[in-house]
Amino acid sequence: MQPFAYSEPTTLAKATGAAAANADSRYLAGGQSLIAAMKLGLSAPAELVDLARLPELRGIKVEGNGAALTVGAMTPHAEVAASMEVGARIAALAALAGGIGDRQVRNRGTLGGSLANDDPAADYPAAVLGLAATVNTNKRQIAADDFFKGLFETALAPGELIMSVTFPVPKKAAYRKFRNPASRFALVGVFVAQTAQGPRVAVTGAGSRGVFRVKSMEQALARDWSAKALESILVPASELQSDLHASAEYRAHLVGVLAQRAVAEA
Amino acid sequence: MKIPFSLTVNGKPVSTEIEPRALLVEFLRGPLQLTGTHVGCDTAQCGACTVLVDGKPMKSCNMLAIQAQGANVTTIEGLAQGDALHPMQAAFRKHHGLQCGFCTPGMVLSAVGLAGQVKQPSEAQIREALDGNFCRCTGYHNIVKAVQEGLADMTA
Amino acid sequence: MTDTTVREKPASAAPQRATKPGGPIGARIERKEDARFLTGAGQYTDDVALPHQTYASFVRSPHAHARIRALRVDAAKGAPGVIAVYTGADIPQSVGGLPCGWLITGSDGKPMKEPKHPILAQGKVRHVGDPVAIVIAESAAQAKEAAQLVDVDYEALPAVVDVRDAMRKGAPAVHDEAPDNVCYVWALGDKAAADAAFAKAAHVTTLQLVNNRLIPNAIEPRACNATYSRADDSYTLYVANQNPHVERLLMTAFVLGLPEHKVRVIAPDVGGGFGSKIYLYAEETVCVWASKLVGRPIKWTAERGESFQSDAHGRDHVTRAELALDKDGRFLGMRVQTTAAMGAYLSTFASCIPTILYATLLAGQYRTPAIHCEVTAVFTNTAPVDAYRGAGRPEATYVVERLVATAAREMGIAQDQIRRRNFIREFPYATPVALTYDTGDYEACLDGAMKLADVAGFAKRKEEAAKRGKLRGLGYSSYIEACGLAPSNVAGSLGARAGLFEAGEVRVHPTGKVTVFTGSHSHGQGHETTFAQVVAGRLGIAVEDIDVVHGDTGRIPFGMGTYGSRSIAVGGTAIMKAVDKIVAKGRKIAAHLMEVSDADVEFADGKFTVKGTDKNVPFAQVALTAYVPHNYPLDKLEPGLDETAFYDPTNFTYPAGTHICEVEIDPQTGETKIVAFSACDDFGNIINPMIVEGQVHGGLAQGIGQALLEACVYDRDSGQLLTGSYMDYAMPRAADFPSFRVDTRVTPCTHNPLGVKGCGEAGAIGAPAAVINAICDATGAKDVAMPATSERVWRVVRENQGRA
Repeated sequence: MQPFAYSEPTTLAKATGAAAANADSRYLAGGQSLIAAMKLGLSAPAELVDLARLPELRGIKVEGNGAALTVGAMTPHAEVAASMEVGARIAALAALAGGIGDRQVRNRGTLGGSLANDDPAADYPAAVLGLAATVNTNKRQIAADDFFKGLFETALAPGELIMSVTFPVPKKAAYRKFRNPASRFALVGVFVAQTAQGPRVAVTGAGSRGVFRVKSMEQALARDWSAKALESILVPASELQSDLHASAEYRAHLVGVLAQRAVAEA
Repeated sequence: MKIPFSLTVNGKPVSTEIEPRALLVEFLRGPLQLTGTHVGCDTAQCGACTVLVDGKPMKSCNMLAIQAQGANVTTIEGLAQGDALHPMQAAFRKHHGLQCGFCTPGMVLSAVGLAGQVKQPSEAQIREALDGNFCRCTGYHNIVKAVQEGLADMTA
Repeated sequence: MTDTTVREKPASAAPQRATKPGGPIGARIERKEDARFLTGAGQYTDDVALPHQTYASFVRSPHAHARIRALRVDAAKGAPGVIAVYTGADIPQSVGGLPCGWLITGSDGKPMKEPKHPILAQGKVRHVGDPVAIVIAESAAQAKEAAQLVDVDYEALPAVVDVRDAMRKGAPAVHDEAPDNVCYVWALGDKAAADAAFAKAAHVTTLQLVNNRLIPNAIEPRACNATYSRADDSYTLYVANQNPHVERLLMTAFVLGLPEHKVRVIAPDVGGGFGSKIYLYAEETVCVWASKLVGRPIKWTAERGESFQSDAHGRDHVTRAELALDKDGRFLGMRVQTTAAMGAYLSTFASCIPTILYATLLAGQYRTPAIHCEVTAVFTNTAPVDAYRGAGRPEATYVVERLVATAAREMGIAQDQIRRRNFIREFPYATPVALTYDTGDYEACLDGAMKLADVAGFAKRKEEAAKRGKLRGLGYSSYIEACGLAPSNVAGSLGARAGLFEAGEVRVHPTGKVTVFTGSHSHGQGHETTFAQVVAGRLGIAVEDIDVVHGDTGRIPFGMGTYGSRSIAVGGTAIMKAVDKIVAKGRKIAAHLMEVSDADVEFADGKFTVKGTDKNVPFAQVALTAYVPHNYPLDKLEPGLDETAFYDPTNFTYPAGTHICEVEIDPQTGETKIVAFSACDDFGNIINPMIVEGQVHGGLAQGIGQALLEACVYDRDSGQLLTGSYMDYAMPRAADFPSFRVDTRVTPCTHNPLGVKGCGEAGAIGAPAAVINAICDATGAKDVAMPATSERVWRVVRENQGRA
């Protein structure tokens, strides 16, 4: 691993200030993707700004009489998975968090770290997009539909820090994931939700440009929220990822199956 | 550039200076000579490097030592009380839950970290809970039995 | 479920000494080695820190095939902490290539092609990960950073990684010495007889099979620490290795030209091997060579990525197989044509795996009268291929048991019936492929496995699964293996360049405590316990009073190490023979002490007793007398009680059994779950059932891993290793398996005194065919390629709708 400078600011201003002062700096959350990438030489920041001492980035809050949940960016997956608040209001989100990576990863990996990294096979992007969540940064609020910009790319500006994510509580929701047996990332993951604005279907793991919504499924579900309503809808394989682990054709098929199962479960 | 670093390892306070890029596992195996924590991969998947950080199993190969600043770290060397094995260690021995021993420290600590999470976990729950630890020798069969008994003995 | 049923057959009455009820033999004794492993006190190679330690990093080829146009090391040499950098050009002419220990002579009478395997690349690199240079520095991090500064100018060459491509006309040649990439073409069996059998067959089953390439993945990566002593011009090498004496012999005599007695090889605690740590590798050889130049110890520990690229891989066969049957399903003949990958260089035992350990097993458990097998071994631009758990025998079992299961389905014969109809029932049995099975009871294991698997209840379970929309299938695999490697004269006549005996020394200390030195090596198998049980049972002393030492050429007389499920059958027997010598000498001492003739003394329960009386001296007193020979027959007998024995087996051992796998498949996704796996095995007599079961479990996991999850994949165009980390190589996890159902039947081996056969590889040998047969049963498919990923199973489900 290349040497780097390290700071551990105790105020938000210092953290964002440190990042602003060094263009080659990176925020360090749980580090479960970043440190792995640095070990392999895939990432070599000049400075790490550790977010661990910023209590305002942690925790789970119920907002607006239970209409929404705000999860701090530095909340580890295990905490989201075990949270009574999350379990009671958005069980699908708790279950999703409980299925990320493995147990040790869930004890360190965080929501904010996952979203900032935007791995095309990560789980959280499906929940954020599927629930029409809002990403709250130190500068602005970004709607999920505007946040994800492709493979490992987001709307975050340099130095912009994710503070938390606000998830509107849906009428119902479910996440179905088909794991890559090696990495345990999503070969295909489908998040379905019946939200106040209508149904949403978000797919991770499969897209050649990262997480995406399946509008055709959403329209069908708007007419009839049932697994059956999705039976004849096939996502075009041409827009999906084909790799060592699965062909685009198989992924397209799985999107359909998992979406139906998620709807049935929700 | 080294920076000051303090934490508790196996109940003993440690104060030193460290390079920010040092991984926790490098710190444990190097300066502290706690070579029971093993490195089996470079992508944070095999779990041989698992230690308890404030009671929670984490992969010491995938965190900077400095991220354990102020934390309470338990390695395999800190589990037994003198000559008396921890109930989880004893259960692994009784059920032949180890062969070559290389994955064992991480596996045992991962299992210890399960205590209190689920009451009397089923076989399937234990298998799922070991998702962060590879064993190439045992086929996991006896590990699952050992974890089941070790957890029961820990709460007994 | 795991009770051991002992069924002894009069026909195979091996000596049954030391199997007294209540004794340590046959007991589930907790392992002596566990205390250190459970408390972090184990000492693996990377844990060894020597004074003035330096660290090595290897520069490796990023290309599958390339010419090295230029190599510049100045920048690396000037980097912080760097002590030395060496490349292929620095290796003296006198240093040889890494040798292959088995010469295969082709059907054309010519020896196999043996291109040089340099310890650092010379002129060309031939696979991704081929070592090009070593950088030695004050710290591992400095070595690694400096290694990135070594500037290699490569001219990329076309590469070939797939065995089918390697055989094509005009394929790039891996070595100039083998322009067609063929290492050898070798055959076994009577072709005319096999052809005649097919001519009269009522039914012929044909399969095209791929045995997928695997990466062994011991969780401890390979590692070494080499040091040179000016004081006595000697070297010490710590290395994660399964057979330190062989490592030393090959390295000194064949590569570095060092005096063998000036090199000590220590294989301390080793974190799994599965074959991959048998071999002499380039890295430790370079470190030993460089340690004298540097004058300080050099440590190298592989990163997992390096392990993926440079450990010897396993399997990688492409096979066309045919079985001829009469109208009743009796086997008439078998024809097999296999192309086997050798990789870029011949690894230590590479050449004998797809030949001697493969084609000889094609009779399986059956009386197939005519068998012919032709094997073409080819070079590819990949890591070398060598023995991986089972080594040839899993590939053979896969061919036989896929054929048998498919033939049964095609002919409408029940899976157990077709096997019963063809089982060998009389022993000894000479197969048409060069082996003579000494004993066995195949039907007993088949019945045992069917009971464990509750075959009778399967129809109901299948029906219940169908109601949930799931497919269920049962797959059988009745495997046999040739273990206890090996009779040296037989092996020698087949091309082995080494002996295959084992050595053991039993040192009785004056207080009656015992240290056993064995040439076989334990890296998870529990020798320290099992071998102590064997000695304790025979000497009538406590298991705790015996220590077993292994893995050190400086302490152990000699040894051939651990592979091929040989440790108890060959290593254990060598120890027994040494114990026999101890007892014989002890009898003379006791006779002297009791003033009777030697013939009147018998030894049992730790006491030398005058026959027919209760007059006795305990073993410990005899030991003390041997070392304090005041009242001692010094005119006839040397003092001391320390004996060494070498044992060369007279035959292979033949563990066998039946595995039955039950799968449940989600037809919509292809997801396949092993819902039950039952194994009933015959390993002969068993010393420690707990350890034996553990060996079976581990083997099953590797076999199931091969069938469902694991594949080493190289890009067919670029030759890049696509499965170069655990992100892409699917290692089995706990949730991939059910609890296994295991049981044993016993026909003791007839030609070793313990009656043991070996158990280390059985699971990996039997399981793959059982899993694939189960998937075929569930889906109606004729074949599904390994690993049967969800996508592959989903496709065969679609293609075979309504056939199951």
